[in-house]
Amino acid sequence: MLTYLLRRLILVLPVAFGVSVICFLLVQIAPGDPLTAIMPVDATAEEQSAMRAAYGLDKPLPVQYAIWIGNLVQGDMGKSIATGRPVAAEVFGAVQNSLLLAVSAAVIAFPIGIFLGFLAGYFRDIWIDRAVTAVSIAGVSVPNYWLGIVLVIIFSVNLGWLPSMGAGPGGSSEWQWNWLHMRHLILPAVTLAVVPIGIVARTVRALAGDILTQDFVQALYAKGMSRADVLRHVARNAAATALSVMGLQLGYLLGGSILIETVFNWPGSGFLLSNAIFQRDLPLLQGTILVLALFFVAMNLIVDVAQAAIDPRIQRT
Amino acid sequence: MTVSNAIEVRDLTVWFGSGTERSDAVKRATFSVAEGGSFGLVGESGSGKSTILRAIAGLVPTWSGEMTVAGEPLGRKRSPAFYKKVQMVFQDPYGSLHPRQTVDRVLSEAMQLHGLTDIDRRIARLLEDVGLGTGFRFRYPHQLSGGQRQRVAIARALAPEPKILLLDEPTSALDVSVQAEILNLLADLRRERALTYVMVSHDLGVVGHLCERAAVMQQGEIVEVVTVESLRTGAVTQDYTRHLLASAIASAR
Repeated sequence: MLTYLLRRLILVLPVAFGVSVICFLLVQIAPGDPLTAIMPVDATAEEQSAMRAAYGLDKPLPVQYAIWIGNLVQGDMGKSIATGRPVAAEVFGAVQNSLLLAVSAAVIAFPIGIFLGFLAGYFRDIWIDRAVTAVSIAGVSVPNYWLGIVLVIIFSVNLGWLPSMGAGPGGSSEWQWNWLHMRHLILPAVTLAVVPIGIVARTVRALAGDILTQDFVQALYAKGMSRADVLRHVARNAAATALSVMGLQLGYLLGGSILIETVFNWPGSGFLLSNAIFQRDLPLLQGTILVLALFFVAMNLIVDVAQAAIDPRIQRT
Repeated sequence: MTVSNAIEVRDLTVWFGSGTERSDAVKRATFSVAEGGSFGLVGESGSGKSTILRAIAGLVPTWSGEMTVAGEPLGRKRSPAFYKKVQMVFQDPYGSLHPRQTVDRVLSEAMQLHGLTDIDRRIARLLEDVGLGTGFRFRYPHQLSGGQRQRVAIARALAPEPKILLLDEPTSALDVSVQAEILNLLADLRRERALTYVMVSHDLGVVGHLCERAAVMQQGEIVEVVTVESLRTGAVTQDYTRHLLASAIASAR
C-alpha cells in the first residue's frame, strides 16, 4: 500500500507540470492585452513598454514561464495587476471560501443523494424508484443559477428569511463560525447541492440495483444473513465507485461554482475568476486556475488511493 | 421401512409477477428426498428446476403449497435455524462469491452467523476437506480459478455444518476436467458427512453420477420421478424423459 501511495504521488508531478504549462499558456494565448486595463488610454509607447518590462511581459514566453514557475515554488504567485495585492493571498482567501461552500454543498448533497439512490435501487421499478428518478433528473437538469435566483426571490425578497448576497454581514468576506455568517451560506450551498444530489442518487441507484441482482447477494441470503446485514454488504460494494463519483463531484463543486458565486456574490474562487477575466488580470487568472486545477488533481489522487484501500481488486503495486 | 424424509415438497407452485403478468415457473410440484439421499432435478433451461431450489432456500417469496424440511413445515420466512440446516451452492462461482472478502472472511462470517466457535481451526480443516489447503485462506475470489472458487463456495455452504445441501448446477460453469473433480468432491463430502443433496442439473450424466433419484421437469411441471437405475437402463415411462435421454446420449457421442 505504501509503495502504491508513493508511486501515485510521484505520478502527480508530471501531471502538475502539465497543468502549470497549460494554465500559463491558456492565459497567454487569450486575446487582449492586460496592460490596456490598467494604463490610461493616452499612455505613450515608452510608458507602455516600461510597464511591460515591470511585469516581465517583454521577455520570451519560456523565460516568462521559468520566472513564473520559479516564483511559484517559493510561494510567490506575483501581484494582481488590478489591485496590486499579492495573488497568493487573494487566491487562498477565495479558495477557502469556495471550499467552505463546496464542502457545505457536499455535506447536504451526498447523504441525500446516497439515501435516495439506495432507496430507488432497492425498490426498483416501483413508484419509489420512479419518484427518485424524477427528482434526480430534475436536479441534474434545472439550471442552478436560475434556481439560485428563484430561491433568492422566495427566501430573501418575499419571505426575508435569509440574506441573498455575500459571505457575511455588510459584505464582509472574512468567514466566522456564527449564525450571522452561516445564514449567508445556506442559500448558495443548497443551490449548489441540487446537481450533485441528482448525480449521486442516479449513480448509487444504478450501483445498488446492479449489486442486488448479483449471485453473491443471493448467496448471502442463502447463508442465513439478515436483510440489514446483506444491505451492509451491498453498501460496501457500492462504496468504491460511489466514492470516486463523489470525489469528482467535490472537485466540480469547487471549480464549477462560478455562476452560483456570481449569483450570490460569494467571495470565492469562481467570483475571483470572473473578476480576473473581465479585468484581464493575468497573474490573478493564472494563479486561480492553477490552484483550482491542482486541487482537482489532488482530489483525484485522494479518490484513487481511497478506492484502492477499499477494493482489493484494484492493483496496489 | 421408515426412513424419515429430509425434504418433502407437496403441490409447490411458484410464480413471478402478478395479475395478468403472472407466470407460473413451477406448477404443483411434488417430491420427497429421504434423509441422506441424493435427489436430482433435471430438465432444460426454464423448466423451473432452479426455481424449486430457490423456493426451498427462501429466496423466492411468491409460492404456495407445502414444503417440509426435517419434519418442520416452512413458512414465508426462514429462521436462522433453517439456514444452519440447509445451505445452497450456486451455479456461477464467479458471481456467487463476495468480491471484496477473502476466503477467510467468507468462511468465518458464515460460521459466526451460526454461532460456531473455534473458527480458526474449523476454517483450516474445512479448506483441507474441500481440497484447497490453507494456502488459499487469505486470497480474494479474483485470485482463484473457477474450480477453486467453486470449492470455496462449497466450503462456505459447509461452514455452518448443515445436513442438507441445495446444489444449483454446481458444475455447469466449469471445464469438463474440473467438473469431474468437483463431482467427486461432492460425492466424497456426502459420504463423509452424511449429507442430503438436492441437485439441479441439465446434464443427465452429472445427475447419474451423484444422485439416486431424479425428477424430470418440463415447463414447470414434474413429468416423472425416476431412479437413476431406470435412467441407465432406459426403463422410463414418459416420452419427454425418453427424448431427454436420447439427446443426452446423442450429445455424448
